[in-house]
Amino acid sequence: MSSAIEVSDLWKIYQNGKQQLPLDDVEKLEQLKESGEIVIAVREVSFNVEPGEVFVVMGLSGSGKSTLIRCLLRLVEPTRGSIIINENDVTSMNQKDLTFFRRQEASMIFQHYGLLPHRTVIDNVAFGLKLKGISKEERYSKAREMLDTVGLQGWEEYYPGSLSGGMRQRVGIARALVADPPVLLMDEPFSGLDPLIRREMQDELVKLQQSMNKTIFFVTHDLDEGMTLGDRMAVMKDGKFVQVGKPEEVLADPADDYVARFVQDKKKQIEMADKERSKKDEELSRNVS
Amino acid sequence: MFPETWQFNIANHINNFVNWLLDTFAVFFDGLSSVVLNLLMNIHSALDAIPWWIIILTIALFAWFVSRSIVTVTILAILPVFIGLFGLWPLAMETLAIILTAVVIALIIGIPIGVLMAEFKPIEAIIRPILDAMQTMPSFVYLIPALMFFGLGKVPGVLATVIYSTPPVMRLTCLGLNQVPSEVEEAALAYGATRWQLLKEARLPLAMPSILAGVNQTTMMALAMVVIASMIGAGGLGYEVLISINRVNVGRGFEAGISVVILAIVIDRLTQGFAKRFEPPTT
Ligand SMILES: Nc1ncnc2c1ncn2[C@@H]1O[C@H](COP(=O)(O)OP(=O)(O)OP(=O)(O)O)[C@@H](O)[C@H]1O
Ligand SMILES: [Mg+2]
Repeated sequence: MSSAIEVSDLWKIYQNGKQQLPLDDVEKLEQLKESGEIVIAVREVSFNVEPGEVFVVMGLSGSGKSTLIRCLLRLVEPTRGSIIINENDVTSMNQKDLTFFRRQEASMIFQHYGLLPHRTVIDNVAFGLKLKGISKEERYSKAREMLDTVGLQGWEEYYPGSLSGGMRQRVGIARALVADPPVLLMDEPFSGLDPLIRREMQDELVKLQQSMNKTIFFVTHDLDEGMTLGDRMAVMKDGKFVQVGKPEEVLADPADDYVARFVQDKKKQIEMADKERSKKDEELSRNVS
Repeated sequence: MFPETWQFNIANHINNFVNWLLDTFAVFFDGLSSVVLNLLMNIHSALDAIPWWIIILTIALFAWFVSRSIVTVTILAILPVFIGLFGLWPLAMETLAIILTAVVIALIIGIPIGVLMAEFKPIEAIIRPILDAMQTMPSFVYLIPALMFFGLGKVPGVLATVIYSTPPVMRLTCLGLNQVPSEVEEAALAYGATRWQLLKEARLPLAMPSILAGVNQTTMMALAMVVIASMIGAGGLGYEVLISINRVNVGRGFEAGISVVILAIVIDRLTQGFAKRFEPPTT
């Protein structure tokens, strides 16, 4: 079976003017970058995500994560490279196919929720279905079901403005799930939430994922979150993937200094926890004897 | 002294040119004229036919809808009574009819153009300088083209008012659309909105408070212009003011002036309150 997401040699360069970019001439690109005329937000990124896999992209602020995830839906137009999602060649689609693709194949969940403030919760959840032209009864019944799933029954008629951050993101998740797309794209969905709620939402996502088995592309800058959720993770720096692997692999064997610094706190935490545990074990065995 | 031999009058040429235009496009000017006149007459006769107390009751209901405050309702309902007491009720209705006609036309033209400006940058690049130039011109100037093409009377009065009062609603429609948060637009696109759906489902509703602020401004500009347009025969309260000025009848001018102010306050409160009702809800 083919991969759910196949990305090869993806580049995104932001530029001020419209001049032709010397894409094959790396030195010239570097010069332009140094002079501040262009920003290379994503460079030479290639990866595959298998169906049902949770693929986490991690990196510091400005490393290009949001740009990358937006390229997958062509909310940001890639400068170069190819993106294939569920055998749809996203990069070569015309506007009409692209619109259809966005309605059908992949839904996005945003850090700042992106809800419509003038629409009720249920209308927000049903938004994608409305765009598809589905009748009111059908979209409301589906939306209601989804609101139950994310634990928001009874909030249908409220407006997003009166909801807490956590609840807003639940609306965002319900909106993404209601069309039942095979792929979910999540751009730091829990970053704006306070730690307790974030934890709760992560756990719920894990639980949901067990039953729905989506392909999830998850962006975060929080290593803990990446480790809990990810089947595999990629570490991104200055637009590039510097390491891709299972979370344990990345932790055990960082590819370079950047990754090492990224994971060192986590490593220490784990070592501390291990020590603590072995100490306790020792005490326990001593007490028993 | 400026040398007399240098004088050169283009007045005649302009008159000839306008006459030529009027002859050549007679169908257009006549059509436009009769459409405007029809609309105005219908609105005016409707306003005249409605008993005064029903109009005041309507104002009160409207005020309640937009403010939910007894004080506001009372003030806005009592103020127009003074216009009646001054004996200026029919003239006020005449003025109101012109304002309503002009505003209807201004909105029909202004809102779509505002939308086009926001959707297509080249259109904005053409129209914005024109609007800026219009803003710097004194309102008197707008009487000239209306006078040129339609002579004296109510129709040129309405059209001068339309030209003067359309820019704010264009501007604020465009501004409101440009101010829609990019997160919301992005989300709408991500869920597969077409350009039209994006406009209809997200951009226009979110721009509504701004558009309605534009409607408010346009209405207020129309009121200001209607008073001035009495100089070319628009009639109404403005004409009363004009006569009083000519005859140095301060008392009569005062009554008419106060009536204009009352009209302004009522219209302003109602349209502004209406705009507030469209702020995104928080509950
Ligand atoms: N529209 C744009 N025009 C120009 N440069 C941009 C644009 N959007 C992003 N960038 C630049 O591209 C780089 C990557 O930005 P991006 O938002 O993808 O980073 P990120 O990893 O998502 O960061 P964060 O964690 O802060 O969300 C940054 O240097 C940013 O300044
Ligand atoms: Mg980001």
